[in-house]
Amino acid sequence: MPHTNTEPLFSMSSNHLIGKTLRSAARVGVLASALVCAGAAAYTLQEFTFDNPAQERTFRDLTSKLRCLVCQNESLAGSQADLAQDLRKEVYGMLREGKSQDEIITFLVDRYGDFVLYQPQIKPSTYLLWFGPFVLIGVGGWLLLRALQAKKGEPEPETNAAESARLHQLLAAAEPPDQAK
Amino acid sequence: MARSTTSYLVPLGLFLALAALLFYGLSLDPRKVPSPLVGKTAPAFTLESLEEPGKLISSDILKGRVSLVNVWASWCPSCRQEHGELVRIARDSDVQLIGFNWKDERPAALEMLRRFGDPYTLSVFDPDNQAGIDWGVYGAPETFVIDAEGIIRHKRIGPIDAKVWAQEILPVIQQFSPKG
Repeated sequence: MPHTNTEPLFSMSSNHLIGKTLRSAARVGVLASALVCAGAAAYTLQEFTFDNPAQERTFRDLTSKLRCLVCQNESLAGSQADLAQDLRKEVYGMLREGKSQDEIITFLVDRYGDFVLYQPQIKPSTYLLWFGPFVLIGVGGWLLLRALQAKKGEPEPETNAAESARLHQLLAAAEPPDQAK
Repeated sequence: MARSTTSYLVPLGLFLALAALLFYGLSLDPRKVPSPLVGKTAPAFTLESLEEPGKLISSDILKGRVSLVNVWASWCPSCRQEHGELVRIARDSDVQLIGFNWKDERPAALEMLRRFGDPYTLSVFDPDNQAGIDWGVYGAPETFVIDAEGIIRHKRIGPIDAKVWAQEILPVIQQFSPKG
């Protein structure tokens, strides 16, 4: 599998000589032509021609819903991996044969597993994934309600005579003057 | 005070369980995608022989005995890494080792076998990923263990070394080998 080289094509050291600027300008030229070459070798969707716009839309829709297994954070539509191109061709071929979206997805899931789908299907093995969060929210909410209710049922703390006398005194002192009649 | 003890212990227990789950997740490799084909009949193929262009080999060769199908390519460094172990397995064990040359060029593939030894009982050639897609191959090396009925029993993703052979592959082969 050709892997993308992530190392920088060139590295600029510090500002040394003015001549260096010229040299780096030349390097930029080299880099630019390298990028053009890379662009020429890249896979595009151009090679796929469609019977009608709807078919093309289905193709783009499908390939963006499917995950490339090599570059796992890329969709089949966006990946430059060799395998992604093979699978795009496969999807394209099946679309041309008139297969439905579901049939194509089943074809890929049967071979590569649920992992090819960005959005997993709802079935017993994915129930936990789909419904787990709601169960957690439910349980959390129930615990919260129970805790609040338990608090409500608790008797008010009792005050003794001295405390309530002091309380009345403080409340009277705090009362705004215009409300005191 | 029993109630307040549990009200501390329950969240602590939940936290520890979650921490253990997440910690376990750290040990998993997201590059290893489990194959839905394990437990199913190996997909049929008809491919050219690697050595003899034009000669067709079909998946019928998988019937009747336990086989390893090793997906490899000459451009794949990990395949070269495991090659020595495959040669040793071919010498020391009587398992049928099928070479599945994948997305490769014939001369380069043959050159690698000539230089480093040919461990394969038979080699099939799949330059265009024709059968590879049916087998759910997404990288090399990958190795399938197939029982005598032609059912895939295990899939190894990544190179095989002595430890993987002894702990992961050989037990599956023994489990599915006809007794006697």
